[in-house]
Amino acid sequence: MDSESRAAIRVENLQKRFGEVEAVRGVDFEVQAGETFGFLGPNGAGKSTTINMLCTLLRPTGGRAEVAGFDVVSQRNDVRREIGLVFQDMTLDTYLSAGQNLRFHGQLYGVPSDRLEVRMRQVLELVGLWDRRDKDVDTFSGGMKRRLEIARGLLHSPRVLFLDEPTVGLDPQTRASIWEYLDELRRQENLTIFLTTHYMDEAEHCDRIAIMDAGQIVALDTPEALKAAIGTDRVRLEIDDEAAAAAAIKRQFGLEASSVGGALVLQVPDGEHFVPKLLADLGVPVRSVSVTRPTLDDVFMSYTGRTIRDAESAPGSEIPAMFRGRR
Amino acid sequence: MTTTVQPPLPIAPVQRPPTGLASDLRAARVVCHRELLRWVKDGRRLLAGLVQPLLWLFVLGTGLSRVVSVGAENVDFRTFLFPGVLVTSVMFTAVFSGVSVVWDREFGFLREMLVAPIRRTSILGGKCLGGAIVATAQAVVILALAGLCGIPYSPVLMLQLLAILFLASLSITAFGLLLGARVANIQSVMPVIQTVITPMMFLSGALYPTSGLPTWLAFATKINPVTYAVNPMRHVVFSHLDLTPEAARVLDPQLTWGGWPVPFALQLVILAALGLVTFAVAVHRFSKTD
Repeated sequence: MDSESRAAIRVENLQKRFGEVEAVRGVDFEVQAGETFGFLGPNGAGKSTTINMLCTLLRPTGGRAEVAGFDVVSQRNDVRREIGLVFQDMTLDTYLSAGQNLRFHGQLYGVPSDRLEVRMRQVLELVGLWDRRDKDVDTFSGGMKRRLEIARGLLHSPRVLFLDEPTVGLDPQTRASIWEYLDELRRQENLTIFLTTHYMDEAEHCDRIAIMDAGQIVALDTPEALKAAIGTDRVRLEIDDEAAAAAAIKRQFGLEASSVGGALVLQVPDGEHFVPKLLADLGVPVRSVSVTRPTLDDVFMSYTGRTIRDAESAPGSEIPAMFRGRR
Repeated sequence: MTTTVQPPLPIAPVQRPPTGLASDLRAARVVCHRELLRWVKDGRRLLAGLVQPLLWLFVLGTGLSRVVSVGAENVDFRTFLFPGVLVTSVMFTAVFSGVSVVWDREFGFLREMLVAPIRRTSILGGKCLGGAIVATAQAVVILALAGLCGIPYSPVLMLQLLAILFLASLSITAFGLLLGARVANIQSVMPVIQTVITPMMFLSGALYPTSGLPTWLAFATKINPVTYAVNPMRHVVFSHLDLTPEAARVLDPQLTWGGWPVPFALQLVILAALGLVTFAVAVHRFSKTD
C-alpha cells in the first residue's frame, strides 16, 4: 500500500509493562513522512514510555514498532542513526562549549568532518545560536540549552526528530520562542517530527494528535477534526432577566440554556453566526456576549471525563535509573 | 527573545559511514577526546591532583625520614616513598575519571552517549583511555621531581615507570567505571571512594615496605590489586639504584605466593588482566537498557 510505504513510524499493538504496571496497553498508529505528530496526555499516560520504545531505549513487552523502516528491537542501530532525540531532561555537557557539544555529537554519529562544519552552521543558525557557538553551555539560559539540544538532534540529518516534552520547565515566553524555531524547522527541513506534550496549546502546532490516557490512545485526528467532533461552541450571555431569556431561547431556538456563574451558557454548532440571529430575535436586553471555540482541553475532557490537570495525579511510569537525569 | 529570520537553507543530507570496527574506534576516540577537553578546561582538577602527592612526598616523607629507618642508611625515605606516591596519585585521579560517569548520568550526558548508534564498549573504552591519559599526564609532573627524591633521571627508568603507570591507570579507571555503574548518585561517590580506595592505598605497600609484615597484613597486601602496580614500580626504581643486598631485601622484597616468587612480568599481567575483567563487568552493567 502506498500510505504504508511512506510511513515514517508504524506502530502495531505496542505494549510495555513494568512488573505489575501496564504503562502502555497496546497502541496502534502511523506517522507519515513529513508529518508533525503529537502525543498529548497527562504525565504518566505512557507518552514517554512510548517515545522511549520508539527510540530503542526501552524494549517493548508486546507488539512491534518500525521507525524509518527499521524495527526498533532487531535493528536498533539503524533506527538510532535515523532519529534525532531531544529529551525532557537536559543532556548537554555544560563544561563544553555549544560547538564542542555539537562536534562531539557529529563525530559520535559518524558525520564526515568536511560536512560537519557546514552542517553545524546550518543547525546553529536555525536555532539562532551560531554567534554563541564558542560559549560554554553553562552560561546558557534554559531556552538556549533547549534550542541547542534541538540543533544537536538535527545535526546528523535524521529522518525523524523525537521531542519528549520539548518545552517542559520553560517559561511561557521561552516556550513560545522554542515553537517559533520548531515551526521554522518544519518549514525548512523535510522532517518527520514526533513530540509529546501535556500542554494543550502546543498540540495545536501538530498536523495530527493522538490523545493518550492511562496507556491507551483514546482519540487520534487533526486538532481541528478533534475539536469539530465535540461539535459545539459555547455562547455566554450576561442578561438581567435570565429566566425570561432562557424561556425565550427555548421557545424560539429549541435550545437548553443553563445558568452558570451569573451568565447563561448555551452550546451551538456555529456560535459566530448564531449570535447575530439570537440578538435580533431574542427581544430581551443582553449586557454582554462571548463565543468560545472548543479547546483541546474540552476534547480531552470529552474523551477521558476529566481535565488534563486532574489526570496529572495518575501514577506515572518511571524511567530506568540509568537514563535518569536531572530536571 | 527575538527570532532572527533566516532565509531557507539548503539541506545538506549527511552521508554516514557504515558501522563496524572503524566506527567503534572513532567513537572511543571522540569520548576520550571529551575527557581530555574537560580536564584541560578544569585547571583546578590538575592542581587538586598534585596537592596530595606533594604532601605525601615532601611533608610526610620529610617528616618521617627523621624517625623511620628503612633498612639502610644510604636510602632516603622519600626515595622509597616515591614510586608508591606515584601509584597513589594515579589511583585517585584514575578512579575519579572512571567514577565521573556518575556525573555524566546525573547531568544527562550519559544518555546522549548511550543513545548514539555505537556500542557501549566504545563509550566506556573511550572513557577509560581518556582517564588513563589524564592520570598518567598528572603523574608526569610528579615524575619531574624524581631528582629531589634521589632518583636518577634515566630515560629508560622514566619510560618504564610511565608504562607501568599507564597500565595501572587503565585498570583503575575501569574500576572507577564499575564503581560508577553501582553508585546511584553523586552524594554516594565520596563515601564509596573513601571506603574502597583508601584501604586499597594503605594495603598496597605504597607507604611502607612489605617485608616482615604480620601474616594478616601480608595476606591483605597480596590480594590487593594495587600491590601489583606498586611492587613493579618500586622494583624498577631500585634496579636503577645501587642498593646493598641487605637493603634490597628489606625495601624491595620479592613478592611471593605461598613461597613461590611471582615473576615481575606476571605481576604486570595480573594488573592488566584485572583491568580487563573489571572493564568487561562494567560494560555488562551498562548494557542493560531495561
